[in-house]
Amino acid sequence: MKDFFSQMQSSWCTSEKKDCKVHIFELVVHLKMEIDELCDEWVPEPLIPKMTDEMRYEPPILESAAGSHTLINGTEVINFASANYLGLVGHGKLLEACTESLEKYGAGSCGPRGFYGTIDVHLDCEARIAKFLGTPDSILYSYGLSTMFSAIPAFCKKGDVIVADEGVHWAIQNGLQLSRSTVVYFKHNDMESLRDMLEKVTKGNKRAEKLRRYIVVEAVYQNSGQIAPLDEIIRLKENYRFRVLLDESNSMGVLGSSGRGLTEYCKVPVGKIDIITAAMGHALATEGGVCTGSARVIDHQRLSSSGYVFSASLPPYLTSAAITAIDILEENLDLIMKLKKNIGTLCRGLSDIQGLEIASDLASPIVFLRLKKSTGSLKGDLQVLEDIAQHVLKEDSVLVATSRRSTLDKCKLPVGIRLFVSAAHTEDDLMKAGESLKRVAALALNGHD
Amino acid sequence: MITIPYLTALTTYFSYGLLFVFGQFRDFFRKIADWWLGSNLQGYAPICLGLEDFYTRRLYLRIQDCFGRPIASPPDSWVDLVERVSKDNNKTLQRTAKISRCLNLGSYNYLGFAAADEYCTPRVIESLKRFSPSTCSTRVDGGTTTLHNELEEVVANFVGKPAAIVFGMGYVTNSAVLPALIGKGGLIISDSLNHNSIVNGARGSGATVRVFQHNMPDHLEKVLREQIAEGQPRTHRPWKKIMVLVEGIYSMEGELCKLPEIVAICKKYRAYVYLDEAHSIGAIGKTGRGVCELLGVDTADVDILMGTFTKSFGSCGGYIAGSKELIQYMKYSCPAHLYATSISPPAAQQIISAIRVILGEDGTSRGAQKLARIRENSNFFRSELQKMGFEVLGDNDSPVMPVMLYNPAKIPAFSRECLKNQVAVVTVAFPATPLLLARARICISASHTREDLIKALEVFSKVGDLIGIKYFPAEPDKQQQDDGRVKLE
Repeated sequence: MKDFFSQMQSSWCTSEKKDCKVHIFELVVHLKMEIDELCDEWVPEPLIPKMTDEMRYEPPILESAAGSHTLINGTEVINFASANYLGLVGHGKLLEACTESLEKYGAGSCGPRGFYGTIDVHLDCEARIAKFLGTPDSILYSYGLSTMFSAIPAFCKKGDVIVADEGVHWAIQNGLQLSRSTVVYFKHNDMESLRDMLEKVTKGNKRAEKLRRYIVVEAVYQNSGQIAPLDEIIRLKENYRFRVLLDESNSMGVLGSSGRGLTEYCKVPVGKIDIITAAMGHALATEGGVCTGSARVIDHQRLSSSGYVFSASLPPYLTSAAITAIDILEENLDLIMKLKKNIGTLCRGLSDIQGLEIASDLASPIVFLRLKKSTGSLKGDLQVLEDIAQHVLKEDSVLVATSRRSTLDKCKLPVGIRLFVSAAHTEDDLMKAGESLKRVAALALNGHD
Repeated sequence: MITIPYLTALTTYFSYGLLFVFGQFRDFFRKIADWWLGSNLQGYAPICLGLEDFYTRRLYLRIQDCFGRPIASPPDSWVDLVERVSKDNNKTLQRTAKISRCLNLGSYNYLGFAAADEYCTPRVIESLKRFSPSTCSTRVDGGTTTLHNELEEVVANFVGKPAAIVFGMGYVTNSAVLPALIGKGGLIISDSLNHNSIVNGARGSGATVRVFQHNMPDHLEKVLREQIAEGQPRTHRPWKKIMVLVEGIYSMEGELCKLPEIVAICKKYRAYVYLDEAHSIGAIGKTGRGVCELLGVDTADVDILMGTFTKSFGSCGGYIAGSKELIQYMKYSCPAHLYATSISPPAAQQIISAIRVILGEDGTSRGAQKLARIRENSNFFRSELQKMGFEVLGDNDSPVMPVMLYNPAKIPAFSRECLKNQVAVVTVAFPATPLLLARARICISASHTREDLIKALEVFSKVGDLIGIKYFPAEPDKQQQDDGRVKLE
């Protein structure tokens, strides 16, 4: 382009008007030929990079419901890979409610919430969840993943400040990126680091009334199984005047004496948290997500949250499943006690495996095992863990999950093996899993310790 | 391109101006009232500052009852609408127990699978009992069942590609797949009227985004040539790859994409084509295979086919179809596959059964009947509306029909008058459409009968006369209307 302009300039200076027109015409023709050449020469990269062996991974295929026991290749397998914390997968009442809903409303909702996609069960479900958690109002999203990455850009705009934990999962990272605010990460679950970051961000900033500030944390981290110390965070938040966004996907229905989540577990009044989001695909054994908070917060999302406005609403049978799941939970609080007991049993069974250590909190329903000594690279670690998981499945019929990272994930926490404990697991299941992992890990990691 | 008459443009600007002025007055008084009563924010910044939610508070809330109407029955051709009342001038709405049965012209129910279907529903209930409503797990952990694999095969066959991958939500499909395919150093050229999910996905990918004028292949070629010649911004290095994003049917215009020309241009300049068939899959084409079949484009020429199952199949979820390597790579890197709960098994079964009905594999010809009916219905309705003098957008064969309203006062008037006559319509205004071009959007379904459509036409004629939206004379002669108009793009 620079050449073109300099040529144009030189042609104006050195020639007369009549010749000018010819010159410019020639220049235009030259330019077109240059562009044609560039277009012919340009070769794009292939759409996808070359296939490697790890890309050909095939997950195990289930032949029955993903409950505590499931069928893979005709053999019964103990399932630790489903986040079925309360054991509601396959529950009779849930199936009944869904069948009724399917016969009444069909399978899909055929429209976004604004255009005749709001079915009365959606409104009932929102009211029910708000009542259960003790908040004024709630809003339903049609997919767990889209809840966080739509809620964050609805509140955080360019110029706002967000302090987030470095171990948050991809949906939150994506939401932070889409919001275009200034994002600062603090060390995973480290309150000292959080305090330092808050101090740094608010120092010398006198425009506090106009600047919106948020802290984003998860109740139980998907990437590590740690539990956030909510009372500390609330103290810091009130000190520095930040709003808190809490993701309770893995703690709703699990923590607290009646399953109301981290707020009950840490004895913090739920009104102090500004925005709580949760994916319902974990304890509540259904799909979709929910966001809850004050009326102002929820009303704002109904018009400005893109995953709510521009997307079809949750299918009605899944909404009925959510309502029924909460009803079952409120009537059977012993499910939560059972889950706690099971977590304790499993942790004891896994307490001294060669080469692996428990990295998660002892109350978390995700038991996270990571390598005591890393191989040095993420890929290497993942390879070793995959090996262990495959052997455990083939030889002892126990299905566990390894943490796989997408190429887009920015999280730098170590990878590990995850076991999702359920209230439907029996003592035998848990003992078997413990023994199996001990045996396979000893074989596989003999050279690594 | 939509041409709006001078007088209408003037009155529309005037109406919006009046609303704006009134809104500012009210905001001013609100500020005084707040200062008087003292704020209770205690040092926190408010959630919305200044004019951010001006449109919501002062314009949208006045007509809030036209949106988000709850229903108490499946979204079929006739629907039970729940009536709502407001005690505080439309700020909040409460449900009543009253129900009114209305003709549904707003739901995306193109092939009539919205309600319980005689072939699909028993199979869906069976799979519900076998697999439970959710797998509670991601596809890579323990969420892949035999049903999911079957679904992917059936979808790939139906669409005409070697392989397919299915996600639980259409919006997330776009937002999570685009960043996995293209990143920094790549160029995305997207149609100016693309859906919000595509825009979000393009933004989240980190690539440079350029826009070409809606449905104009010439402008696309111009943009491509300029961009290839210039290279990346500032460094002028050549682009790593270029992707062109288009949709099959644009949901706010009802138009079909000019696919053959666009594919030819992309082949010439070696750009990749990403086609979003959310509204067109299952609804157009002789066997329902979408815009490629209708316009005679070979599916091998389109690199990535994307679609959703919410509209024509009566379920939920989205898919991506492409070559086997592409799908394998998606399974390895796409965050929606690795982190999100897999699609609900009963919903997957609904899609499989719906595709079987469409292809006639259930042993009846219901599928072919449905496809013929939706085409007949759309063409009949569109031609009748045009004869009556309404300004209707969109191409023939497209089941989406926007009818222009323009003036902001006509939006609630049209919606409420139609509701009084038991017809439920969808009206769309800013920000989903440009400010001056508010419209009512009609979605025809294969389950609408001829009597339903005739009743709807009568109601529209009555309401149209009352409100004054018959911008053309009752004869379908548009050439006389070109003078004295303002062209708007």
